[in-house]
Amino acid sequence: MALALQQLINGLTLGAVYGLIAIGYTMVYGIIGMINFAHGDIYMVSAFIAVTAFTALSMADISSVPLSLLLVLLVAVLFTSVYGWAVERTAYRPLRGSTRLAPLISAIGMSIFLQNMVQLTQGARVKPIAPVLVGGIDLLSVDGFTVRLAYSQILIVLVTVALMAGFTYLITKTSFGRQQRSCEQDRTMTALLGINVDRTISLTFMLGAALAAVAGVMVTVYYGVVDFYIGFVAGIKAFTAAVLGGIGSLPGAMLGGLIIGLIEAFWAAYLSAEYKDVATFAILILVLMFRPSGLLGRPEVEKV
Amino acid sequence: MATLVLATRQESAAARLKDAATVAVVALLLGIPMIGLTTVDQGGALRVATRWPALAAFVAACFCGRLLLRYVIDRLRQRRRTREHADTATPNENTAANPWLNRLGWGALAFALLLPVAFSDNRYVVDTATTVLIYVMLGWGLNVVVGLAGLLDLGYVAFYAVGAYTYALLSTQFGWGFWQALPVAGGVTASFGILLGWPTLRLRGDYLAIVTLGFGEIIRIVLVNWTEMSGGPNGITSIPRPSFFGLPFKPPGDAPTFAAAFGLEFSPSHRVIFLYYLILLLALLTNLFVSRMRQLPIGRAWEAMREDEIACKAMGINARNVKLSAFAIGAMLGGFAGVFFAARQGFISPESFTFNESAIILAIVVLGGMGSQLGVVLASLVLVLLPELGRDFAEYRMLLFGAAMILIMIWKPGGILAHREPTLRYLSGSAAR
Repeated sequence: MALALQQLINGLTLGAVYGLIAIGYTMVYGIIGMINFAHGDIYMVSAFIAVTAFTALSMADISSVPLSLLLVLLVAVLFTSVYGWAVERTAYRPLRGSTRLAPLISAIGMSIFLQNMVQLTQGARVKPIAPVLVGGIDLLSVDGFTVRLAYSQILIVLVTVALMAGFTYLITKTSFGRQQRSCEQDRTMTALLGINVDRTISLTFMLGAALAAVAGVMVTVYYGVVDFYIGFVAGIKAFTAAVLGGIGSLPGAMLGGLIIGLIEAFWAAYLSAEYKDVATFAILILVLMFRPSGLLGRPEVEKV
Repeated sequence: MATLVLATRQESAAARLKDAATVAVVALLLGIPMIGLTTVDQGGALRVATRWPALAAFVAACFCGRLLLRYVIDRLRQRRRTREHADTATPNENTAANPWLNRLGWGALAFALLLPVAFSDNRYVVDTATTVLIYVMLGWGLNVVVGLAGLLDLGYVAFYAVGAYTYALLSTQFGWGFWQALPVAGGVTASFGILLGWPTLRLRGDYLAIVTLGFGEIIRIVLVNWTEMSGGPNGITSIPRPSFFGLPFKPPGDAPTFAAAFGLEFSPSHRVIFLYYLILLLALLTNLFVSRMRQLPIGRAWEAMREDEIACKAMGINARNVKLSAFAIGAMLGGFAGVFFAARQGFISPESFTFNESAIILAIVVLGGMGSQLGVVLASLVLVLLPELGRDFAEYRMLLFGAAMILIMIWKPGGILAHREPTLRYLSGSAAR
């Protein structure tokens, strides 16, 4: 029971992070109908930026945890959204209106490029940082097993909830959200109505990257280690989350993220830790087989 | 990276400078966290190190590169415009009908046949050529799936792994020979191809890509963790090498050996040369097989499916069978390459079958030109030989692959030797194009 509660906490934390990354996939898919393969690597880049920023802050003797967290989040979001913009500009925009396969391949090329660029410039070794947020609350103790709710876990869930609320507001209520949704529905008509479609798409990429940046900072705080390969696995899992929730749907992405996080945590605890990634991939394949539109998505009709 | 952005307007020198300055600013922002700053391990704790000169060089390179690129593009566009004014008839860019390429293909074949004779005393050259040919074969196999059928497969290395492990297990556990195991391994990998293809039949391109990626990872994770079957991370060692019709390549002993049977003095290079001709034979058979398949209705259906799936279904083509056959045949060819790989190395482990390998094979197909057999050969040559040139190239190899994939897609979405033309043409009068 105690183990189950602990895994529930861990799973929800993990799921919140996957959900944040999944929103980036879902938004980009919604607006250009394409999977942004490089999204996982953008998240990885942001984790590296976070490592550098945390190290710099500790060298500058800034020990206040809220201040350093805020500064690092700001820096990471800023630089990572530039990366998101650059990815869209180089790998997607020149290929708009090209064949179906071309943007996919260029996106995979971008993913390989980013991964190797980070490996070359930042080194291939695992980067550990000094713990930023230590401690937690001991919830209950059964037979010597203590269920612990770490402060970093509380932080991750709170930040995710706040971002989700802000994001839902942005998409449903603001003028940018309307532009974004109208681009999803009909790009030509939107352009005819005087909305800058290119700019809207760029902004969507930047927003997705900003959310991935928050996820990257959170993961750096949570695990304390970063390497250039984390984007690959996290990217696939977040994508699975987006598909599970119904690609194109924001609440779906969050729901999918939570489900994937929980399944992973419980699978690792009760079945086998080695095969936890296999579980995710199996879910992905099963969902695509039996419910390709996901839990909250609308079925897609291909028109001629 | 930022220098790749292509613009559509033609602008004055001042506008070009402004544009290049924008690119430089973006490059600066991109470069600060990655190039300008880094963290180094100092006495157990990380310290921030700066590399401002490298960042300055990067920004300057982006600025100059962008200026040059814009200039060249504008000039090219201008020239094309004047040429289009001169004659309105656009030249037919059908690379398949280009006799020069055909001759190049035959020349490459002759060179491949003569290579071990010319370099019989240089084991390194023959070894490298064998590696090139393995990639050529993998590329031709993946070409069926990606180039012809238009199904983006990011987990192709899984089939390569299945082939290699099938041979390794059959030979070490049951004492099967290379030639006995080859068709069996082909059958096994083809069934894996169908296994992967079946659930993904209804999926569109991008979903398919992710699912195949996941499939490749599943196979790798299983190989790492199922220690009783695959030996786990240690892999399988002492896999028997192929023999020449039952004559092993060994120093003279009790049993008849290859050297003794032909009255030659024993030399370890015999096996290297034999392996080279073996993979050359397999690769040529693959090429023949694929080019024959393209003439059959099923091959034509692959290409038609790539161009327009809905139209194909409307014409009464069975989409399921067409896709599954492409998957199965592509997988089988990858499996053959895997069998050869295991037999040549004598040792396999999951290390050899990572996503990077899939990415390299995909890069070969994409860069060479999807659907082009000769393009795959050229791309494999470049991609295998580049890292051999020096350590620097080996380090930057994947970085360059990634960048090249983006550039090629922007510049020539069909690949360098684009072969998107249908094999079957309607050749009557003006309808030929």
